[in-house]
Amino acid sequence: MTRVVGLTGVTKEYAGGVTALRDVDLDIEQGELVGIVGPSGSGKSTLLHIVGTLDRPTSGSVEIAGFDVAALSDRELSALRARHVGFVFQAFHLVPGISAQDNVAEGLLYSGLPRAERRRRAAEALERVGLADRARHRPHELSGGQKQRVAIARAVVGDPELLLADEPTGALDSASGESVMELLHDLGAAGATIAVITHDTEVADRLPRRVRLRDGAVVEDVREDVRERVPGDARAGA
Amino acid sequence: MARHRFARRASARRKLSPARLSPRDVLHVGSGGLRSRPLRVVLSALGIAIGIATMISVVGVSASSQEQLMRRLDRLGTDMLVASPGESMFAGEDVKLPKNAAGKVGRIDGVEEAGATGTVDTTVRRNDKLPEEESGGITVQAASQELLKVVRGKTASGRWLNGANGRYPAVVLGDVAAQRLGVGQAGAQVWLGDRYFTVVGILAPLPLAPELERSALVGWDAAERLLDFDGHPTSVYERSTDDSVSDVRGLLAPTIDPENPQDVKVTDPSAKLQAKAASEGAFNSLLLGLGGIALLVGGVGVANTMIISVLERRYEIGLRRSLGAACGQIRIQFVTESLLLSGLGGAVGVVLGAAATGVFAHVDGLPWVVPLWSVAGGFGATLVIGTLAGLYPAVRAARLSPTLALHAA
Repeated sequence: MTRVVGLTGVTKEYAGGVTALRDVDLDIEQGELVGIVGPSGSGKSTLLHIVGTLDRPTSGSVEIAGFDVAALSDRELSALRARHVGFVFQAFHLVPGISAQDNVAEGLLYSGLPRAERRRRAAEALERVGLADRARHRPHELSGGQKQRVAIARAVVGDPELLLADEPTGALDSASGESVMELLHDLGAAGATIAVITHDTEVADRLPRRVRLRDGAVVEDVREDVRERVPGDARAGA
Repeated sequence: MARHRFARRASARRKLSPARLSPRDVLHVGSGGLRSRPLRVVLSALGIAIGIATMISVVGVSASSQEQLMRRLDRLGTDMLVASPGESMFAGEDVKLPKNAAGKVGRIDGVEEAGATGTVDTTVRRNDKLPEEESGGITVQAASQELLKVVRGKTASGRWLNGANGRYPAVVLGDVAAQRLGVGQAGAQVWLGDRYFTVVGILAPLPLAPELERSALVGWDAAERLLDFDGHPTSVYERSTDDSVSDVRGLLAPTIDPENPQDVKVTDPSAKLQAKAASEGAFNSLLLGLGGIALLVGGVGVANTMIISVLERRYEIGLRRSLGAACGQIRIQFVTESLLLSGLGGAVGVVLGAAATGVFAHVDGLPWVVPLWSVAGGFGATLVIGTLAGLYPAVRAARLSPTLALHAA
């Protein structure tokens, strides 16, 4: 299997002596749907930023989609994000006043594709998240769940190797949150590699793999599949 | 099938370089912030617009005045020269032009017409009851019949001196002289020398020969017969073809007085008008400075708006960075926004300035001239200001750490 995320001994310290991550090792294989769980202040967001190449670690190595992040310049990291990583945020952050389709097309703005092609792929992505009939609606005409699905469409429109979702249900009621998680499960089933950052254990418990963080360190890494709960044994038995 | 797509992508493309935004995308991204805040756009563009409008109208108004003078000059021509007695080398000695000076000048190659005036030592008054001192600054001059043609003058009323009336007590008044004497129309009588003369004509204004506007002109014969005129001309006016002007200029003095050419002074009346046109064209630098200050203040306003815009849109910057925008692309987005903002102000300013010039020109009866260089210069200045005002906020936006920007929400 191809490794999409490879963190080895990653430590992140902020000025003032705050250590957000301590010696984190984390591998995410292609096609995995991973929940990164932990209380606030546990380092989840920092981990998301480092995996999303928005920030660099103080020490340790980060490999995303086969690229060693430390070796890349800001320009190259931007290109990496444009082509290989998709982000979904808690507050959606759609551009007000433009249609759902144009919002999704923004996700391809920095990909180098021509405008018509971006719009065509945006329509496709909206279909994938089940909002084909809302393509012309502007954000204020959509419900919270629909907005988040538009945001997910924007994140996946470029077919990224890795989809990072930061508290995707945090701003939604439970029914909408349910539908958004269903969508993420569907995308996962279709082969996408997804990391969901959440403090909601209910959401996390339904994900096949959970990485639990506390005080910047990984304290638990469990897979639903019994064979993989203790990876070393599973491989030895195979 | 989808699984296949992800698998294929993971192995492909080992080189990373950010895609370039097309000019249209740059424009689209740069105008996004403006579309969402129209009132702020209008207000901050207004400062630039006022500055540019001031500068354009200052330049436009002076160019319009200059254009009017140039057109008048074109109409009058620059091919007329005037010869008059100069200062004698010996103090106190009166220099006189020979009696037949005009005739001699008329025979120079290239000269089309020549006419003469001679100052008559007498005064003109409205009637004989007024004291002699009240001449109103009007000179009495003998004029040859050709004079009117040479100076391209016209009569506003009545007729010019001719062979018939030139021998009798008839007078033609310059327009200023007529005004001062209170004569509105030909046919009146004025007291000239020691008798009444009939005003046979009044001249229209003569921009090239203002001295004639202040004269009462009497026929050459009548002046000699009735006013003791000695027959020596004091000014010889000639008009030549355009390409012979400089040759004629050199020949005038030796022709009129071959023995003492240095005693003849040659002047070019159109030179004065040309100098006036040049000074009209020199625009009012105080007003221009005010326009410049308004423009500067406008630029500061744009910079201020841009800094606020960057602060307000930190999350958007973070989002764009996460979508894959490189630093340079964030920078160009905000510089474009600033350029659009000031460019809008500049365009409005050009229109306002041109309109203000048009209103001024219409009220003053001037031709409407807005020099292209002032429009190009004004608009160019706004683009420079837009770039300068946008550069610092744009650099700040680009330097913003993506994670900090995302936290701002």
